[in-house]
Amino acid sequence: MATSKLEAHWNDTKGLMRITLALWFFFSIVIFMFGYQLNSVNVPLLGYPLSYYMCAQGSLAAFVILIFWSSGKQEEIDMKHGVSDAEKTED
Amino acid sequence: MFKGKFVDNLPKIYGFYTGGFLLFFFAMMIAEKNGVSAKMIGILFLTFTIAIYALIGVLSRTMNVSEYYVSGREVPTVFNGMATAADWMSGASFVAMAGGIYYGGYTYMAFLVGWTGGYVLVSTLLAPYLRKFGCYTVPDFIGTRYGGNFARFCAVLVLVLASFTYVTAQINATGTIASRALGIPFGAGVWVGLISILLCSMLGGMRAVTWTQVAQYIVLIIAYLLPIFWISLRGDFGLFPHFTLGSEVARIAELEAQYGLVKNTAAAMKAAGVPGGLSYISTPHATAPEGAMAAWKFISLAICMMVGTASLPHILMRYFTTPNVTSARRSVAWSLFFIFLLYFSAPMLATLSKIMLIDPNQATSIIGKPIDQVMAIEWVKNWIGVKQAFIVDFNNDGILQLNEWFMRGDVVVLATPEVAGLPYVVSGLVAAGGMAAAMSTADGLILAMANCISHDVYYKMIDPKADVKKRLLIARLGLVIIGVAAAYIASMRLTSILGAVAWAFDFAMSGLFFPLVLGVWWKRATRQGAIAGMLAGLISGTWYLIYVGPTFMNQTPWLGIDNLRFGIIGASVSLVAMVVVSLATEEPDAATQKMVDDIRIPSGRTVIKHT
Repeated sequence: MATSKLEAHWNDTKGLMRITLALWFFFSIVIFMFGYQLNSVNVPLLGYPLSYYMCAQGSLAAFVILIFWSSGKQEEIDMKHGVSDAEKTED
Repeated sequence: MFKGKFVDNLPKIYGFYTGGFLLFFFAMMIAEKNGVSAKMIGILFLTFTIAIYALIGVLSRTMNVSEYYVSGREVPTVFNGMATAADWMSGASFVAMAGGIYYGGYTYMAFLVGWTGGYVLVSTLLAPYLRKFGCYTVPDFIGTRYGGNFARFCAVLVLVLASFTYVTAQINATGTIASRALGIPFGAGVWVGLISILLCSMLGGMRAVTWTQVAQYIVLIIAYLLPIFWISLRGDFGLFPHFTLGSEVARIAELEAQYGLVKNTAAAMKAAGVPGGLSYISTPHATAPEGAMAAWKFISLAICMMVGTASLPHILMRYFTTPNVTSARRSVAWSLFFIFLLYFSAPMLATLSKIMLIDPNQATSIIGKPIDQVMAIEWVKNWIGVKQAFIVDFNNDGILQLNEWFMRGDVVVLATPEVAGLPYVVSGLVAAGGMAAAMSTADGLILAMANCISHDVYYKMIDPKADVKKRLLIARLGLVIIGVAAAYIASMRLTSILGAVAWAFDFAMSGLFFPLVLGVWWKRATRQGAIAGMLAGLISGTWYLIYVGPTFMNQTPWLGIDNLRFGIIGASVSLVAMVVVSLATEEPDAATQKMVDDIRIPSGRTVIKHT
C-alpha cells in the first residue's frame, strides 16, 4: 500500500480525533468548571438546574451521541481511503 | 442450539431468555400473593438466576485457544455492547451509586461523568487499534509493540494490581448480597459468590463469560429500571421520572433550606453510638458548590475515572472479541448506550428516594415526624435491626431531623421499593440484579488476570512450547487461584466498596494509559520509554497513595488530590518519564514502525498471528 495513501488516511483520522476529543473535553471538563454559575440556569421544559442536569443526564447523553457520530465519521474516512474492513452485511 | 449457527440465533435466544425471566418474575409475584414467604422468594430469585448463568457457562465450554481467550472473535456488535456494560457495571454501580448520589449530591456525580466519558477515549484512542493488533490480552499488546519480556512483565504487574484491587470489592458485594438473601453468614456468602463466579468462567473462558455477561446485563437492567418506573408511577411522580422530576429536585432544595443542613460532630456521633458506614444528609442534593477548589475536585475525579476507564484491561479486552475493527469501534458506542440506561437512572432513584423520605407532604416521609412513630414503621425496624439504619435524637425534641436519621448508602437501592410500598418480589429482583452486576464484573476481572498469567507469563515467558491443553489448564488453574485469593481478602473486609473501586482506576491510569495510547499514536515511543512510563507512573502513584491515604500516612493532599485521585500524579509522571526516555533512546526499528502503520488501518490481517 502506498505510503501517501496511508498518510492521508491517518491525517483524516487525526483530524477526527481532535474534533472528538475537543467535544469530549467540553462536555466532561469545561462545563463543570462553571458548575456553580450554572446552578441558577434552569433547563427549559424539564426544570432541572443546568449544572445538576449536565452531570445527571446531559453530558452522559452527549458522550453516547458523540461516540456514535464519530464512529460513523471514522467509517466514512476508512471507506474514502479504501482501508475499511466493514462487511456489507454487518449491522 | 449452542453449536454452528449459534451467533445468528442470538436475538431469538436472548429474547426467549428475557421473556422467561419476566415470566419468572410474574410467577414470583403470584407466589407472594399466595403466601410464599419473602425469604423464600429471595432464595428463589438468586438460585434461579445463578443456575441459568452456570448453565450458560457449562454449555459454552471450549478447548479452543481463540474461543477461550477472545470468544472466537465472533461476538456481534450489539451483544458485545451488552456484555461490556455488564462487565463494566459493578456491584458498586448497582448497589452503592444511587446511595452515593443521595448523600454526596452534585459532587458525587463526578463519578457518573467519569464512568461514561471514559468511553470516548476508549473508542477514539484505543479499542479499534487494539482489535486490529489481534492481541489476546492487554500485556500482549505492550509486549509485542515494544518488544521484550520486561515490558510485558511491567504491564502484567499493573494489570494485576489494578484488577485485584477491583475484584475484592466485587466478591465482597456478592458475599453481602448472598448472605442477606440466603440468610447465611457473610464469610459463607463470599464463598457462595466465588463458586457462582467460577462456574461462569472456568470451562469456557472468554466465550462463557461473554454469553453469561449478556444474560447478566438483561437481569441487572430490568432489576434497576423496573423498580424506578414503578415507584415513580405509584408515587405519582410521572410516567418517565427522568424527564418529570424537575419540581421534586426544586422541592428538595426548598426542604433543605427549611430544615437546615446541620453537620454533626464526630464526637457527638461517637457518643451516640452511630454504627460505622452510616451517613446522614448534610450536602445539598443538586447544587454545585462555589469556588475553584470545588470545581477542581469535581473535574479531577472525573478525569481519574475517565482515563482509568480507558486503561482497565478487563474492559479493553472485551473489544478483542468482535469480528472486525469497525464492529469493535461501533461496539464501544453500544456499550456506552447500555451503561447510560443505568447511569442516567441512578440520580432519579436518589431523588425519588429522598423526596419520599424527607417531604412531609408524602405519606412515606419520616423526617419531621415524631420519632416513636417512625420507629414503629416496619421497614425502619428491619433496617435498624441489621444496623443499616440508626436514629439519634440530638436535640431531644422527639422529632426526627435530617441530621438525626442515619442510613447506609446501599439502603437507597435496597429499601426504596419497600418504602414506596412495592411488593417484596421487587426486593428479590433487586437482589438478583445486584448479584448479576457484581458477578459479571468479577468474572471479567478474574479472567483478565488469569489470562495474562497463562498467556503472557506462562506461555510467552516461561514455556513458549507449551501445547494447547497445557495452556488452557494453566489458564483455569489461574482462575481458581486468583478467585480464592480475592475471596480470602474480601472475607477480611478491608475497605469500603467504593474506596477500593476508585483506586483500581487510579492504578490502571498511572501505569497503563500512556504506554497504551502512545503505542498507537506515537511511533517514536520506545521500549525503554514504555518501561519507564509504566514503572515511574506506578511507583509515583503508589507512593502518593501511601502519602495521603487516610489509613496510611494521612498527610495533607497536594492541590486537593486525595487518595481517590492519586492517578493524576501517577499518570503525569508516567507521561513525562515515557516521553523523556523515548526521546533519549534510539528510534524504534523499521519493523516496529511498520507494525504501528498496520494497526492504524482497519483492513488487512491482524498484526499478531496466533498459532
